[in-house]
Amino acid sequence: MIKYFMNLEWKSFIRSAAFKQNLAIKIFIGFFAFLFMVEFAVLGGASYFILEDAIEKGTIMASDPFELINRFLIYWFAIEIGYRYMLQKMPVANIKPLMYLPFKKGKIVNYALGKTVLSFFNFLPAFFFIPFSVVLIVQDYSIAGVIAWHLSMLFITLAINFLNVFMNNMDKVFYPVIAVIAGLGLSQYYGVFDITLYTGAVFMFFYENAWSFIVPLLVLTGTAYYAYHYFTKQLYLDEGLKAISKEATTEDLSFLDRFGKLSTYLKNDIKLIKRNKRAKMTFFMGFFFVLYGLFFMNDLYSSWNGIKVFAGLFCTGGFLFSFGGLVPSWDSSYYKLMMSQNIPYREFLLSKWWLMVAATAASTVLCTFYLYFGLDWWLGVLAGAVYNIGFNSSVVLWGGAFVKTPIDLMTTKKAFGDSKAFNAKTLLLLLPKLVLPVVIYYAFALTINETAGYLAIAATGVLGLLFRNKIFDMIEDIYKNEKYDTIAAYSEKN
Amino acid sequence: MISINNLSKQYNGIKVLDIEHLEIQKGQAIGLVGNNGAGKTTLFSLLLDLIEPSSGHIISNDVRIDQSEDWKPFTSAFIDESFLIGYLTPEEYFYFIGELRGQSKGDIDALIASYSDFFNGEAVGQKKYLRDLSKGNQKKVGIIAALIGNPRVVILDEPFANLDPSTQIRLKKIIKELAKDPEVTVLVSSHDLIHVTEVAKRVVLLEKGKVVKDIEKSSATFKELEDYFIGISESHAPVALKEEA
Repeated sequence: MIKYFMNLEWKSFIRSAAFKQNLAIKIFIGFFAFLFMVEFAVLGGASYFILEDAIEKGTIMASDPFELINRFLIYWFAIEIGYRYMLQKMPVANIKPLMYLPFKKGKIVNYALGKTVLSFFNFLPAFFFIPFSVVLIVQDYSIAGVIAWHLSMLFITLAINFLNVFMNNMDKVFYPVIAVIAGLGLSQYYGVFDITLYTGAVFMFFYENAWSFIVPLLVLTGTAYYAYHYFTKQLYLDEGLKAISKEATTEDLSFLDRFGKLSTYLKNDIKLIKRNKRAKMTFFMGFFFVLYGLFFMNDLYSSWNGIKVFAGLFCTGGFLFSFGGLVPSWDSSYYKLMMSQNIPYREFLLSKWWLMVAATAASTVLCTFYLYFGLDWWLGVLAGAVYNIGFNSSVVLWGGAFVKTPIDLMTTKKAFGDSKAFNAKTLLLLLPKLVLPVVIYYAFALTINETAGYLAIAATGVLGLLFRNKIFDMIEDIYKNEKYDTIAAYSEKN
Repeated sequence: MISINNLSKQYNGIKVLDIEHLEIQKGQAIGLVGNNGAGKTTLFSLLLDLIEPSSGHIISNDVRIDQSEDWKPFTSAFIDESFLIGYLTPEEYFYFIGELRGQSKGDIDALIASYSDFFNGEAVGQKKYLRDLSKGNQKKVGIIAALIGNPRVVILDEPFANLDPSTQIRLKKIIKELAKDPEVTVLVSSHDLIHVTEVAKRVVLLEKGKVVKDIEKSSATFKELEDYFIGISESHAPVALKEEA
């Protein structure tokens, strides 16, 4: 029996759409996956020494790197619960066809749960814990203790895996838990209350008492057992396997009618963003970029003024880049309809363009707080905003025209993994989007002064507006030339 | 109205459609039958310029479909779910299509009301998005949307599939009504020979991409079609090969 399941898995793996990409992209992804693993491994191996060094220098107050790691493990696992909840897919999709075949329910559940154990999410931590444990042993920690500790970490990771099975779709539990953990983190940061002192002792306990790995093992058995029963109960078409549907709400968007013919598309695009998980996430993520500039506040960059231009572009253009780069893929699920209706490409594009302009303007207003860090930061933001609105808004759409990845609007699971969205042409278009403004800035800042640099960027943005129709003509041509290919690509099922 | 000339479509060297000449007069109701892989959906996709012909072309109302887009205002279709916008309610979807086709909100409301018996209390007015409707109800919405804006050419790919018996009967009535208009050309494909012979004035039978039969409907048509398909299922003889030889 297990042989059939393995066979099914293998086929679903090698025949998946992701696997059929061209060789260059496969290598590209493989390289990044490899890089990721190496980074984790290096981190695992080196973190002990880095921390030891920091403790000796007195930058971190702790008696011992191992103890320090143990204290912060609570956040590690909290983050793990968080990203698993958001990203790890539950293996229900392939179960339906198995249900009416002569398998015992228990077998199907075991297969589905067994599949979650083999998830990448369970292997990634191993790349940290294994090298770290090896370093501990080399550093003369007790071998039995390290092994017990290591097993405990493994069991906790797996317990989280099973926890995630029945925690799926429990937003009411998930968000309060995250809020509490974030609160604890903040209160630790401000020295109000330090939970890690207590949780650190717990993780240390696993090391000090070699028998203690039994405890996480029991927790793991408990969660696995509960997950099994939960899953068995859910194994009905009208229970866990049912697609959840929300009651439809209609909103009055007739105020948009003043945009004339464009309003038809604008209304649709706003509904697209409001009612689809994936689009909604892109929308909110776009606004998180407003804070992106804070990353550049570091002293490291203080001598590098061009970074302010860079920050300005990102802070105001988050939505523009993440949403615009995927036009027309947002409409991929009904692209055939769009292509057989009387829809002028220009109006279709203009609607998306206005959305991006509005979002960029809103981000710019939100970015006003950068004034607090100095006038030049704010000038950078303003220059970036004008450049984004005038120039990048069209260039982004141009790049999107080459992307032929269908978007599944209903799921956020693949939002970070749309590898096909990377191709040579879209990468090349990053140059005018991000590099050119920095070059322009330096050309004027070094010859005249910084203000002139900012003004030059803004002026280029305004010039871009004049070229907008030219760029739109080019995009239209791409849409027309690639029409059949795009339709074919969008009708491919994943 | 529609003239198909030397039209062919190849995938990897295999011809999935090959029509030398087919003329469809204005106002005709055409039924398209054929087994799976006969080329029905391929022909419809070519009529909507969703795929590129390997050779030949289609001219609809003096517009060459693969070269101009002027056929779009007078043509409408429902092929499959990819013609539906999943995150809209049926009403919003109708309004959207209506706006694209120059219809006011009032026109659409009147249209929805006039087809209320077709929806049979389902699909519309249910606070559900299209993606959450059953296949049958999705189909109802898609078919009615294809009637918005007085199209001159209406293309429906297997409209009877997934519909319940009452709705099938109502749909036949709707198509017959539509076909009465001398300005409207209707193309309908189906696997159900009874439905096709009932609604169509002319039946075209495709087999392996070729037109095998093209008959004006008479009382003998159903028998003729049935005999043909019985013949295929008994002989397993590939018709296309016979013709090439």
